[in-house]
Amino acid sequence: MSAVKTKREPLLRMVKRDDLAPRRAWAFRGIAFVAALITGGLLIAVLGHNPLLVYKDMIVGSWGSPTVIKETVKLAIPLLICALGLALAFKMKFWNIGGEGQVIVGAIAAGYFGFFMADFLTRPMLIAVMFIAGVLAGGIYGLIPAFFKARWNTNETLFTLMLNYVALAVIKYLMNGPWKAPGSSFPKMPMLVPGGRLTTILGVHWGWILALILIVVAWFYFNRTKQGYELAVVGESENTARYVGINVRRVIMRTMFLSGALCGLVGFLQFAGADYTITEGIAGGVGFTAITVAWLAKMNPFGMLVVSVFIAMLERGSNTIQTIYKIPASASSLLIGIILFFMLGCEFFITYRLVWRGKGVADAEDTNPSVGASVEATGDPPVEKGDSAVRDSAARGGVAS
Amino acid sequence: MNDDNHAIQMEGIHKFFGKVHANKDVHLDLRTGEILALLGENGSGKTTLVNMLSGVYFPDHGEISVHGRPVTIRSPRDAFDLGIGMIHQHFKLIPVLTAAENIALGFGEGLTISRKRINAEVAELAARYGFELDPTQKVYDMSVSQKQTIEIIKVLYRGADILILDEPTAVLTPLETEKLFAVLRNMKADGKSIIIITHKLNEVLAISDRVEILRKGEFIGVVKTANTNQTQLTEMMVGRPVSLSIERPEPATECDRLQVIGLTCLNNEGVKTLDDVSFAARSGEILGIAGIAGSGQKELCEAIAGLYPSIGGSVLYTNDQEGTPVRERILGLSPDAIVKKGISMAFVPEDRLGMGLVAAMDITDNVMLRSYKDNRGPFVDRRKPKELAERLIKELEIVTPGTSTAVGRLSGGNVQKVLLGREIALQPGVLIVAYPVRGLDINSSYKIYDLLNEQKARGVAVIFIGEDLDVLMEIADRLLVLCGGKVSGIVDPREVTKEDVGLMMTQVAQNDGEVAA
Repeated sequence: MSAVKTKREPLLRMVKRDDLAPRRAWAFRGIAFVAALITGGLLIAVLGHNPLLVYKDMIVGSWGSPTVIKETVKLAIPLLICALGLALAFKMKFWNIGGEGQVIVGAIAAGYFGFFMADFLTRPMLIAVMFIAGVLAGGIYGLIPAFFKARWNTNETLFTLMLNYVALAVIKYLMNGPWKAPGSSFPKMPMLVPGGRLTTILGVHWGWILALILIVVAWFYFNRTKQGYELAVVGESENTARYVGINVRRVIMRTMFLSGALCGLVGFLQFAGADYTITEGIAGGVGFTAITVAWLAKMNPFGMLVVSVFIAMLERGSNTIQTIYKIPASASSLLIGIILFFMLGCEFFITYRLVWRGKGVADAEDTNPSVGASVEATGDPPVEKGDSAVRDSAARGGVAS
Repeated sequence: MNDDNHAIQMEGIHKFFGKVHANKDVHLDLRTGEILALLGENGSGKTTLVNMLSGVYFPDHGEISVHGRPVTIRSPRDAFDLGIGMIHQHFKLIPVLTAAENIALGFGEGLTISRKRINAEVAELAARYGFELDPTQKVYDMSVSQKQTIEIIKVLYRGADILILDEPTAVLTPLETEKLFAVLRNMKADGKSIIIITHKLNEVLAISDRVEILRKGEFIGVVKTANTNQTQLTEMMVGRPVSLSIERPEPATECDRLQVIGLTCLNNEGVKTLDDVSFAARSGEILGIAGIAGSGQKELCEAIAGLYPSIGGSVLYTNDQEGTPVRERILGLSPDAIVKKGISMAFVPEDRLGMGLVAAMDITDNVMLRSYKDNRGPFVDRRKPKELAERLIKELEIVTPGTSTAVGRLSGGNVQKVLLGREIALQPGVLIVAYPVRGLDINSSYKIYDLLNEQKARGVAVIFIGEDLDVLMEIADRLLVLCGGKVSGIVDPREVTKEDVGLMMTQVAQNDGEVAA
C-alpha cells in the first residue's frame, strides 16, 4: 500500500485544445513553413552553400523565364488533376493509394488508340477517342478495388497499392513485346504521331485549362451536389448512410469510378500532351505525390491548386539547384520532405498542446465561453449564495438541510 | 494511516478538457466504512472526478489523500497499490476464461497458477459478501449482472478496501439491483468504503449513507441520506425545483398503425436475436418496450426500419390513402424503398452520432439527411433544411452558436433535440425512439417526454424503447417486455408493479404472451 512515494506529476502531458481560431491556426502553419525553410537552410549550409542563394535560385529556376514556367506548369497539371481525383475517394474515407496505377492504365488505353488507330481517325476524333479511353480505363481500374470493398469489405489500401504494380508490369510486357517500337533494338514504345498530340495554349498543352475547370467542377461536386453530399455521409458514417437510405455500395463504386477516371485522364494528358510515348515512368510518382497534395490542401480543390503549383515549383527548382550547385538529387528530395514533414507535423500542434510538469492548465488557456460543447458546461448561471453555504457546512463535517 | 476516519479526501480539484472546466474546485470526503453516493446529472463531472482516483486522469490542480496521507495517483497501477478499485460501466473480461481465471488474471506471482487455489479463494470471497458466483463458469455463459459480479470480486481479490462503482445499476433489473445492494451493505459491514455513482434518486436513498452532489462540474454539497428526500436532491442536482411527474394523456385515436407478426432474426453467428415477436403499435399511443440490455431491442427497431435482416415474419404498415387504409408489407425493404412507398416512419436510433447523425457535419447538413432527395436535379438545396434547422433551434431551445456548428460539438441533450426534431419534422405515422433520454440532463429529458406526448396527441404511433423502468411505467400506455429476443408479455403499466415487469424481463411467461393485460 505504500508503493507510491513520488509526489510528482508526469513530466509532459498532451492536452487537447479547443478549436483554434482559424487565424491562429494559419499562424501556426506559417511558423511551421518558416521553420521548415530554416531547417532546410541548415542542411544546405552543411553542404557548403548559402541557403538564401540556393532558395533564390530555386525560385528563379521555376519562375524565372517563360521556358521554366511552362515546365513548372507541366509538372503541376498532373499533380492537380490526380489530387482532385484522390480527394474524391479520400472524402469518402476510401484510401485510394492506386492513383499511380490508374494513371498508367489511362495512358495505356489512350496509347492503344494513339498507336494503332491514328490512321483511321480524323484528328479531333482521335483525340476524343483517346480522351474517353483514358478516362474509362482509369475509372474501371478504380472500380475493381471499389467492387471488392463494397462486396466483401476488402482492404482498399493494400488493394489499390498492389494494382499499381500490376499496371507497371503491363507496361513492361507491352514495351518488350506487342507494342515494341518497330526497328528498335531497345525495349521501348513508338512515338505518338504528331496528329495525336495535344495542341498547346500559351505554350502548354490545353490540359491546364481543363485542370482549372476541373477545380471549379470538383468544388461544386463536393459542396453543392447530392452525390458529393452522399459520399461525404458515407465517409463520415456508413451506418448513418444506410439509416437514411443511401445505397452505400453504389456510392463507393460511383465515387471510385470518378476518382480513377480523373487519374486516367492524367494518364491521357501525360501521354498525348507531355511524353508522346509510354515508358515505365509515365506516371512518375504523380499518384503518390498527389496524396500529399490532397492532404495538405485539406481536400479543398482551390487549396490543391496552390499546393500542386508549390510542389511543382519545388521539384522544378531542385532540378535547377542540382545543375547549378551540384547538390545531389537526393538532397533536394530531402528538402521537399522536410517541408512536408513540418507542414503535416504542425497539424498536431493545432489539435494538441503540451503541458510541462508544474505548469497547470488552469491559468494558461483563456476561458472564453463561446463555441459548441462548452456551451452547457461553461454557460451556467452564477452560483447562488445558498450553494456555498451548503458547502461550508459540509466542509465542517456538518450536514445541510 | 494516521487518520482512519477518512478513506479518501480530495481538496480543490480542478480538471480541464480544452475549454471545458469539467471539475471546478471539487471536494470529496469518503469516510471509512460508509457508502457515499455521488449524484449529478450527465456532464456534471462525476466520472471525471472518480477517474482521478482510479488513475485514468491526472488532476490539473488539487490534493488527494488516502487514509490521511497525501498521494499522487498517476496510473491505474498507483490506484491499485493504494487499495482503490474501480468498477467501470463497461466490463473488461475475457469471454473464454472462467470467472476465477478472469479474477486472477494478471495478478499471479510466480510461473504457475493453481486453479484449485484461486477457485477456492474466489468462492470464499463470494460467500463472504453474499455474491452468487460459480468460479468455474465461463464468462461467455454469463448474464450482465454475473459479469459485473466478477468485476467487483476482481477488485476485492486484489485487496481493494475502497471501491468505486460507476453507474452499476444501469445494466441491472430491479431484482438484480436489490441483490447488488445487499452485497454492498455486506461489504460496508466488513469495513470497506464505497463510492457509488448514479443519477437514480431512489437508489441513492436506498443504499447510501451520505450523498455528494455535483452540478456542472461544481461541488454543490453533501447531505446525510437519512435527512433528505428526492425533491431536495433533485433541486440540488438541477439547481432549481423540478416537477418529477411525467404526463400520460389518454390515447386519442386508435388504430393498429404498425403490426409486427412473428418477426424472427438471426445475428452473424446464427443465434436468434428476435424470436417470433408479435405486437401492434397503435396510432395515438406510446408503446413502451422494456428489457435487459441486449434483449433484442436494437434488432427490433432496425428490422422495422429496414436496417437488419430477418428470416421470418412480417411487418405491416397501415397507410391512409385518401381515407382508405392500405396495408403495406415493409419487412425486408430498404429504408429507401420504404420511403418510396409513401410511408413516413421516423426512427431515433440508440447510437445518435454513429447512426442517426453525422458528427462532423453541421446542423443544416444533418437536418438535410432525410430530405436532400426531395428536390429534382443533381444539386442539393440547403435553403429549406437551413430554415428547418433554424426553426428547430428556436422551438426546441437547442443551444448552439448557429446552424453551421458541427453536431458532434453540441452537448448530448442538444444532439438529441436535433435528431428527434428532424425525425418529427418528417410528420411520421410511426415514431420509433431508442433510449431517447440516455445521457440527457433532467430538463432535456422532460423536453423529450413532452415532444413524444405531442406526437402521440397528433395520432402518431410512438414506440419507446427505454431502460429506466420508472420512466417507462409512467409514460407508456402499454408496455411490451422483451426477454432474450422473445416477447414475455404486453402489459398495462397502470396495473402491474415494477417488480412484475422486472420478473418478466428475466423470464418468458410460459403459455400465453399476455400476462396481465
